[in-house]
Amino acid sequence: MKLVYFASVREAIGLSSEEYDVPQDACTVGDLVARISARSQAHACALQDLSRLRFALDQNMVTGDTLLGTAQELAIFPPVTGG
Amino acid sequence: MKHVRISSAAIRPDQELAALEGLGGGALASFTGIVRDDGGVTAIELEHYPGMTEASLYRLIEAATARWALLGAVITHRVGIIPLGAPVVVVGAASLHRAEALEATGFLIDRLKTDAPFWKRAHYADGTAQWVEAKASDEARAERWV
Repeated sequence: MKLVYFASVREAIGLSSEEYDVPQDACTVGDLVARISARSQAHACALQDLSRLRFALDQNMVTGDTLLGTAQELAIFPPVTGG
Repeated sequence: MKHVRISSAAIRPDQELAALEGLGGGALASFTGIVRDDGGVTAIELEHYPGMTEASLYRLIEAATARWALLGAVITHRVGIIPLGAPVVVVGAASLHRAEALEATGFLIDRLKTDAPFWKRAHYADGTAQWVEAKASDEARAERWV
């Protein structure tokens, strides 16, 4: 799966995107984010506070309990601030 | 007429709204957001999610068109570094009479603030930069349209 990061999450991790092999036992967005957190100290730091994170699965906004299904892309970012 | 545009160059509200003038309606309402001097801000920087951002803006226009009798609507949002005083976003709606265009314009900018994937960073005169936090007041305004 392709992981994409924006804004403060992108800066904290130091990458705008990366490829990731989804573990068999990761069923939901929340499961996957917990696994991604374990990749490095920077990932752990960027993803530690779930209440300050938002997610998009294949470019649709979702919540942590959403099933991953066959999605190809997970985006992780802080609450949006456009306009 | 439904139009969404993301621009990395300067935007001019009159140009973005021109296509809404010739649709036969008696009303054209619009909102322009401008970079303001908020505690020493010299510029803001806008980041977006290419593809998802355009799709989410288009969905907002579709929702507005389903809710109000509109002849057309446009959203243009600038990205990248935007200097103090320059337009960041232009939203416009055209309708036969004013009520629909005015309400749809409010809906579009309020929901853009909470639904569209953009992130804003403020640049200050001392060379520092800071991500702007989402505001609870923006959530409250967007909730009015549910």
